[in-house]
Amino acid sequence: MLYLDTLPKGGHAVIEKVEQRAPLDPIATRLGELGFVPGEAVQVVATGPMGRDPIAVRLGTSRFALRRGEAARVGLRTVS
Amino acid sequence: MSATESPQTPASSLHIALVGNPNCGKTSLFNQLTGSRQKVANYAGVTVERKEGFFTTPNGRAIRVLDLPGAYSLDSTSPDEDVTRDVCLGRHRTEPRPEMLVAVISATNLRLHLRFLLELKQLGLPVIVALSMMDEARRHGLQIDIAGLQADLGIPIVPVISLNRAGVMPLLQALDLPLPAPPVPLPAGLDPHMEVRRLLATYVVDPASGTDRLTDRLDRVFLHPVWGPVILLIVLFVMFQTVFAWAQPLMDGLGNGISLFGEIVLKPLPGGVLHSLLADGVLAGAGTVIVFLPQILILFLWILALEESGYLPRAAFLLDRLMALAGLSGRSFIPLLSSFACAIPGIMAARTIQNPRDRLVTILIAPLMTCSARLPVYTLLIGAFVPHRSVLGIFGLQGLVLFGLYAVAIVSGVIAARVMTRGVKSEEHPLLLELPSYRRPNLRSLALGLWQQAVMFLSRVGTIIVTLNVLLWALSSFPLPPAGAPGPAIDYSLAGRIGHLMQWVFAPIGFNWQICVSLIPGLAAREVAVSSLATVYAIGATDDGAADRLLPLLSTQWSMATAFSLLAWYVYAPQCISTLAVMRRETGSIKTVLGAAAYLFGLAYLAAFLTYHITRAITGVP
Repeated sequence: MLYLDTLPKGGHAVIEKVEQRAPLDPIATRLGELGFVPGEAVQVVATGPMGRDPIAVRLGTSRFALRRGEAARVGLRTVS
Repeated sequence: MSATESPQTPASSLHIALVGNPNCGKTSLFNQLTGSRQKVANYAGVTVERKEGFFTTPNGRAIRVLDLPGAYSLDSTSPDEDVTRDVCLGRHRTEPRPEMLVAVISATNLRLHLRFLLELKQLGLPVIVALSMMDEARRHGLQIDIAGLQADLGIPIVPVISLNRAGVMPLLQALDLPLPAPPVPLPAGLDPHMEVRRLLATYVVDPASGTDRLTDRLDRVFLHPVWGPVILLIVLFVMFQTVFAWAQPLMDGLGNGISLFGEIVLKPLPGGVLHSLLADGVLAGAGTVIVFLPQILILFLWILALEESGYLPRAAFLLDRLMALAGLSGRSFIPLLSSFACAIPGIMAARTIQNPRDRLVTILIAPLMTCSARLPVYTLLIGAFVPHRSVLGIFGLQGLVLFGLYAVAIVSGVIAARVMTRGVKSEEHPLLLELPSYRRPNLRSLALGLWQQAVMFLSRVGTIIVTLNVLLWALSSFPLPPAGAPGPAIDYSLAGRIGHLMQWVFAPIGFNWQICVSLIPGLAAREVAVSSLATVYAIGATDDGAADRLLPLLSTQWSMATAFSLLAWYVYAPQCISTLAVMRRETGSIKTVLGAAAYLFGLAYLAAFLTYHITRAITGVP
């Protein structure tokens, strides 16, 4: 499966699932509260200048900066 | 909704709270409602800012409003969200439960903010929605069926534009009506995200899918991997140029003005204790306080403007990887950079860090960033003990030592931050930073923000600094020397005696009694150490030539080990009461201040000890 941390800059995709790294993973929960839920469209709008970390993601009308470890929890399916 | 004279609601008072996501327009609404009738403090025991304000509705109802910290959810992940959750649930230790919530929701970001509103519906408290940024939403071509949405949610919705009084009038009028009934909670098992999607699909017509094209275009430049950092460097360069260059003439002017004022006002007084108390205690203390103001105000003008415009989170994005080396996030960069000018505005700037742990660590390591007040001490000691010669033909040895002192301080700060950010929570430290749309900063908001900074600094920090200054003056002046006594007056004072006693502690790091004595008045401000050394060596402290005449004296009387040890001491020691005072104010915890002083003095002693003994071993002085 493709994950948000490997989506190239400018790439569009739709969220398939958000994975828990641990039981009651607070980061996965927070991602959900921010709107990272299955079915939402995401786009990577920028990557950090050092080691392409963090990444800036557009999710509907909001934009979030995520570190790669956080983005790696978000599984995607690509759209044409 | 219209303002109706309603017999059921006499002009009784009402206690409400503003709740909403970060960047929902809550702060501008709060500022517009309350103007300057605000009280800013901390919640007991946590580094979370508590903002309360007062205003009156058109019908004369007195409203007390609490501006709760921005939150994404009541399922909190940070101490500021804890405060919001506890107050909303009526579980807070010191804060009573508000009678009604005003949920602030940005029309430009409905998907995110409506989800939080659905959580607020569960609370059983009356709620009114203030729908902010309607002007912007319309510009983006967004159409919202407010009447339909309000009926569906079962919550009154009033559109607000927080730019002027007329823009918040609908909310003021709604507050004159009887309290609405608490909304019906969502049925159990209903996914709030699905519910939000349904609401958006039913009540929002959104031809351009709400896209903010301007923000997209600006982000392409400001977040570009090459141009982004270049622009950030230019912004930071201009910012610190103004903090240093613009503030300096103002600081000099204020400093001179205060001394002139002192001379004129105190002239009629006879010389003696009262004159000395007013001139060297009170006025000198007030001078120290006021002289900080230009730097604080210029720095905060920048920070407030960058924050309001939406650029500050972008700067944090660009710097995040760099600051992660210290276990912090990009948000800590500007407060730490400011601390190179002075730790006081730096520590105050740490207020822009949302994550409380990062904020505390940033405050704790800010004194390690070499502030400009250390320069006079560094220059004096380097001038006296480091030979003026070049290394490898291009570098001056004196410059290299100075560079080394800065580098050691930065490395120590990074290590200290790493140590402090470990342990308590070794788990992953999230960034999850929202990048809001770019906006033009509102001048009224900026002015109000600056005014608050100035008042808070002068009233809360200023009084502590003046008091401590008078205390230090008394320590250094009493008891008076016997008539005709040889030696400097300070030697007979309490400070002098304490200094002599301190020598037991400081002899292992090579400090003589003169240094120990001058460290006490030097607590008032780091650079004061130079003039107090001059006093102790009886050169006459006040004239400007003190440092020049001190230089040859020190190089003959002190060993190199002692001088280097004092340099090492100054890299770490919190030799500045004002810094500790502002720390006390910002963290609201005397324990934190004592902890910070203990770790910094501890580091200073250790570094000076090592430096003293290593230098002695190298120079072969027993």
